[in-house]
Amino acid sequence: MSADQTRPGASAGPESTPIVLEARGLCVDYGTGEDAVQAVTYADLVLRRGEVLGLAGESGSGKSTLAYAMTRLLRAPGLITGGEVLFHDGRPESEGGVGTVSLLDAPPSKLRRLRWSEIAVVFQSALHALNPVITIQSQLTDVLATHRKHLSHRQRVDRAAELLGLVGINRDRLESYPHELSGGMRQRVMIAMALALDPQVVIMDEPTTALDVVTQREILDEIIRLRDQLGFSVLFITHDLSLLIELADSIAVMYAGRVVEQGGAQDLFHAPRHPYTLGLVHSFPSLHGTHRRLEGIPGSPPDLRHPPSGCQFHPRCPFADETCAQKEPPLTPLPITGPGFHRPRAASCWRQGDVVVPAPLALPEPEGVSR
Amino acid sequence: MSVDTPTQPSATGDNARPAGPRAASLRRRRTRPARRRRFSRKTYVGFGLLAFFILMAIFGPIAAPYDPSAAVGPSLVGPSSAHLLGTTQNSQDVLSQLLVGARTTLLVGFLAGLIATALSIVFGVTAGYLGGWGDESLSLVANLFLVIPALPLLIVLTSYLPGAGPLTTAVVISATGWAWGARVLRAQTLSIRNRDYIVAAKISGERTWRIVLFEILPNEAAVVASSFLFTVLFAILTQVALDFLGLVNVSGSWTWGTMLYWAQNDQALSVGAWWWFVPPGLAVALVGTGLALANFGLDELIDPRLRSAGLTRRSDAKLVRQGFTVVHRRPDAAATAHAPTGGGFTEVRLRANGNGRSEPVAATIGGAPEADAHLASQAADSAEVDTQAGAGNPTGVRADAVPQRQRDDAASEGRLG
Amino acid sequence: MRYLLRRLAFYIVTAWAALTINFALPRLIPGNAVQAALDKFQGQFSPGVEKALALQFGTNTKASLLTQYWHYWSQLFQGNLGVSTSEYPTHVSTIISKALPWTIALVGISSVISFTLGTLLGILIAWRRGGRLDALLPISTFLSAVPYFWLGLILVTVFGVSLHWLPFFQGYGQGVTLGLNWAFIGSAIAHGVLPAITIILSSIAGWMVGMRNMMVTTLSEDYVMVAQAKGLSDRRVMFTYAARNAILPNLAGFALQLGFVVAGSLLTEIIFSYPGIGVTLLNAVTSKDYPLMQGIFLVITLVVLVANFAADLLYVLLDPRTRQEA
Repeated sequence: MSADQTRPGASAGPESTPIVLEARGLCVDYGTGEDAVQAVTYADLVLRRGEVLGLAGESGSGKSTLAYAMTRLLRAPGLITGGEVLFHDGRPESEGGVGTVSLLDAPPSKLRRLRWSEIAVVFQSALHALNPVITIQSQLTDVLATHRKHLSHRQRVDRAAELLGLVGINRDRLESYPHELSGGMRQRVMIAMALALDPQVVIMDEPTTALDVVTQREILDEIIRLRDQLGFSVLFITHDLSLLIELADSIAVMYAGRVVEQGGAQDLFHAPRHPYTLGLVHSFPSLHGTHRRLEGIPGSPPDLRHPPSGCQFHPRCPFADETCAQKEPPLTPLPITGPGFHRPRAASCWRQGDVVVPAPLALPEPEGVSR
Repeated sequence: MSVDTPTQPSATGDNARPAGPRAASLRRRRTRPARRRRFSRKTYVGFGLLAFFILMAIFGPIAAPYDPSAAVGPSLVGPSSAHLLGTTQNSQDVLSQLLVGARTTLLVGFLAGLIATALSIVFGVTAGYLGGWGDESLSLVANLFLVIPALPLLIVLTSYLPGAGPLTTAVVISATGWAWGARVLRAQTLSIRNRDYIVAAKISGERTWRIVLFEILPNEAAVVASSFLFTVLFAILTQVALDFLGLVNVSGSWTWGTMLYWAQNDQALSVGAWWWFVPPGLAVALVGTGLALANFGLDELIDPRLRSAGLTRRSDAKLVRQGFTVVHRRPDAAATAHAPTGGGFTEVRLRANGNGRSEPVAATIGGAPEADAHLASQAADSAEVDTQAGAGNPTGVRADAVPQRQRDDAASEGRLG
Repeated sequence: MRYLLRRLAFYIVTAWAALTINFALPRLIPGNAVQAALDKFQGQFSPGVEKALALQFGTNTKASLLTQYWHYWSQLFQGNLGVSTSEYPTHVSTIISKALPWTIALVGISSVISFTLGTLLGILIAWRRGGRLDALLPISTFLSAVPYFWLGLILVTVFGVSLHWLPFFQGYGQGVTLGLNWAFIGSAIAHGVLPAITIILSSIAGWMVGMRNMMVTTLSEDYVMVAQAKGLSDRRVMFTYAARNAILPNLAGFALQLGFVVAGSLLTEIIFSYPGIGVTLLNAVTSKDYPLMQGIFLVITLVVLVANFAADLLYVLLDPRTRQEA
């Protein structure tokens, strides 16, 4: 456990924090030929060291696809058709650091070494993510046996027990099978497993969705505590924007396979600059119970096999005009001005522009939040 | 499933990818056959085999050159022009027996399959729909019949019915053949039973038989069909076994099974008369193969995961099974008009990174010069690719990383255009 | 061990049902074939045997059905399956106990080989999907549709009659004394090879395709993706994560498969004149020896039930979820 790895982003300015994982112009298709569906289109994502980056969007927006494609874990018929994914190792080479690795070009042997030791994954449903027929212990130790060959059996078991302790589970659970644990415990085991090799990046795919509200709370607190303690970076995938407000340093919002807005978590929540983000912000009650009008977004996400012309969101957008129906807006950086702008942010919306902001969107903070 | 080369650009509808009419028409020409194929080739072979033998069952008795029971030539001669499949010990024509036997064999098989499937629908759907103790007891009966070995039971059963005809055989076989289908249908019904539209139909006061007939059964069509094919296969194999054992009326009633019975009893084996016993067994095997292949196709329809992955390259298949997403950078990826320009992206990033004057970011960016170069080339590509689609280097700098095949494909596509 | 107890209860019910069917068939089916068969032996049996046969099949008896049923069960519990009519006065149980070991050895060994090989091949085919091994699938489809006994005929023709590589008639050579001596064991093995190959070839496809399909389904499970995300070796992902789970439903489908294997094996024995249950059953059928036929049906059913229970034991060993005490 590298205790010296404190949270770097805490004191320094956010932009100066080094990048640990980034995607540039990543494109992902499902299937090939005429059956192909473009699931992710030119996605850019930057995860900084020690940061929590939230990736939000409705189901089917491509957020999981993007995250799994970045780790090359996406299954066939998923196919990466363009772009770059770079992993920047934070450790110096003297400590076994590998420098910058292009995850889309590295050979499988190299990727396999990086897997879990640098980039680990916590899945949505621990019930399905844990092998039902072998013990917790062997699922914790097999990853150690693969990546830390110098450890003896005894040391591996000790480390497994230590990991369970880290997430507040008693050592005698090592011999248990997944079905003998409660849902919350299984998710804790999953988190412990993800931290087994002290990775620099942990991807969390809706880790609390399958849990009840109380357990959800506990797990979130656990994640925040462990992140502060161990300093790993988190890519947190969720459809629940309100979760990210407490957890994330920055947020990227996806719609129809595109990143439509990205920026600091508070900025984005308090001053959404894309109509879709605005809709999302209004769709969820906050965990802290501030009252807010709940407005769903009318309509449904586009069929990616037959995407609309122009801006993907325009059929559902209250602000859409002719331009929106014809041309797709690029993700454009916004000028950093005014209150609620603490981090660089960008949005892809024609009505956004550099200067002209549609009136309802221009409200820096929606009602009820300012208090 | 399309199995075309993955370098093909995805054509997700015409309006989405205005990549030039030339490229579009080229793409469409190359992918059409793959797209039309709903089933795998295996499935078509299966249905072809089935069609062949069904035609044989219909027209076989008319087309048979001789009376299958009559002595029409020399005894025990191999295939000749007069007797294409040779003759039996009793100087009967094997081909005629095969053609005439097709009708009874298939008739019994399909009839037993029909009766058994009807039984399995009644038992399976009822059990699944009822739930509770009705389900428990019906499932118990089905499981019971699955575990009790069918053939010995059938042997005992038919031995009480000496000289049973084809109809009796079909009925007897279906009595043991329904349990498997019932179990599958029960599971399927259980999973459908609580779906919204069924619940809605129930609440709106729809009669139970209407719900079962019009709401549940249509959704189980593929499963019913699959279980039917399986049962027919079971019925044909069982019938051939019963015939072979001489448990039915073997004289004068020609089936592929009775042919084998006579071949075995008249020592066809020890005199080496292969033409006598090979054709009927082969016919059974081919019908069975047809049924199994057709079933395979239905299984794939029900569970698409069974389909082989559409990635044809061996290196891709290896990557996939090792758990790595395949990367095929599209040569014209940057050329599509609807995508945001590369410039916008670069700006975002430059803004985001550029604000940090401190060295970590600078080092990061400096540490990955090829990536920046790549971005630049991506922007450049967007200008070029339209005019010389795929000619040469699809990703700019990373030529070494692009598989040779992909470059070849790109080049050939350029030539074709 | 609730799971095992439940299974055991199920097998007991099944055994009861099978035995009752056995009792009911001669009484339910019109035509009285049994009466006709027994009439042929008029006066050849001792009065005691005649009375027992009458009770066993419900012919020529004034006893009530319930008395007959009671008699049937008490006889069964004494291990008395009656007297064979074709080999009078030999007891059915004696004939069966002579034939059964041959069948159990042949079918047991071939089934274990077939299951092991088929499962391994299924794992490999699923893992190397899209590779050369896929060619095995159509071949196996064909093999699974071939009647066992016909495949036996072909093998006999090629390897026995034409090539003279292997013996294909009966269970051991002439001039070999039955018993534990090397000459007999060697001869028995040589005679067993062709029937065993027949059974293996015909049954392997079922295991293979079943395992392949389960593997394909299992490979898309999350825990397999986790195993790959963990960077584990292909071997560990393939066996400990995928195959270890995929084999469970395959084992659960054992019963269905076993029925086919038993049926096919009985017919295969007939082709090879193998001294097992299959030939005995054929003899019983052709000579209308109903006591022997019924006895064989009972014994086969019981053996199949025991084999199924063994498969359940293996299942419990492999799936911790069934070991849960609820």
